[in-house]
Amino acid sequence: MTAENGDRKLAIICSKGTIDMAYPGMVLANAALMEGIDVTMFFTFWGLDIVNKKKMTHLKATPLGNPSMGMPNLVSVLPGMTDLASAMMKKEIEKLDFPPVDEFLEMISDAGGKMYGCKMSMDMMKLTKDDLFDGVDGVIGAMEFMEMSEGAQVIFV
Amino acid sequence: MTAREIAGKVVDFDDEGFLSNPDDWNEEIAKVLAGEVGIDSLTDRHWKVIEFCRADFQARGEPPTLRRITKTGGVPTKELYSLFPKGPAKKVARIAGLGKPTGCI
Repeated sequence: MTAENGDRKLAIICSKGTIDMAYPGMVLANAALMEGIDVTMFFTFWGLDIVNKKKMTHLKATPLGNPSMGMPNLVSVLPGMTDLASAMMKKEIEKLDFPPVDEFLEMISDAGGKMYGCKMSMDMMKLTKDDLFDGVDGVIGAMEFMEMSEGAQVIFV
Repeated sequence: MTAREIAGKVVDFDDEGFLSNPDDWNEEIAKVLAGEVGIDSLTDRHWKVIEFCRADFQARGEPPTLRRITKTGGVPTKELYSLFPKGPAKKVARIAGLGKPTGCI
């Protein structure tokens, strides 16, 4: 029951930028918020692509080296295969009524979820706060994330 | 399942406190259930959400997801969270007399 969640906190670290790694973090963040749990998301390394304004709506999934997608690697290397697989995955996600990345982040932000970019990764990729989705609350270092996630359950994606 | 008296009527609830039978629901029951989850008075906007959920449940046989309430029901996410703070998904379903929502969005 919701009231029992009291002060439950969840921190989700998003470290990958492919469609199949972006959605689990967002789905869990949103589910936690719907359940009354406090949520902080930390985007690091390729996970920054999820909140990178230029990239967030063009995330891809590749069948190459991914046996779960069932396409032989020899076929997966052909030009256009990543785009094809990405388009198919996006279509399936939409069919389930899950929103595209930008809209999903908007929902999470509107629902009170906090989002932070990783300072070190951003320096490495020459990104500034302006490159990130407007709902991102700030850019922080790993130590600040440690402070923020005190007492939280942590999920690493 | 437990039966208890609420708003002058004896109705069945499941183990998690959701009405067992949505047909037992009425507006007086909704007001009491809302009070039990910390919402002391239901405004027109609360009722808009509750009525949408009831109607959608009638039409589709399952409680609507929050995404459906925002997209089809026309109540923005921010407002939904301020109307039903700290866990809107279950609060809305409980007050609307529907079962526990199972959708992931």
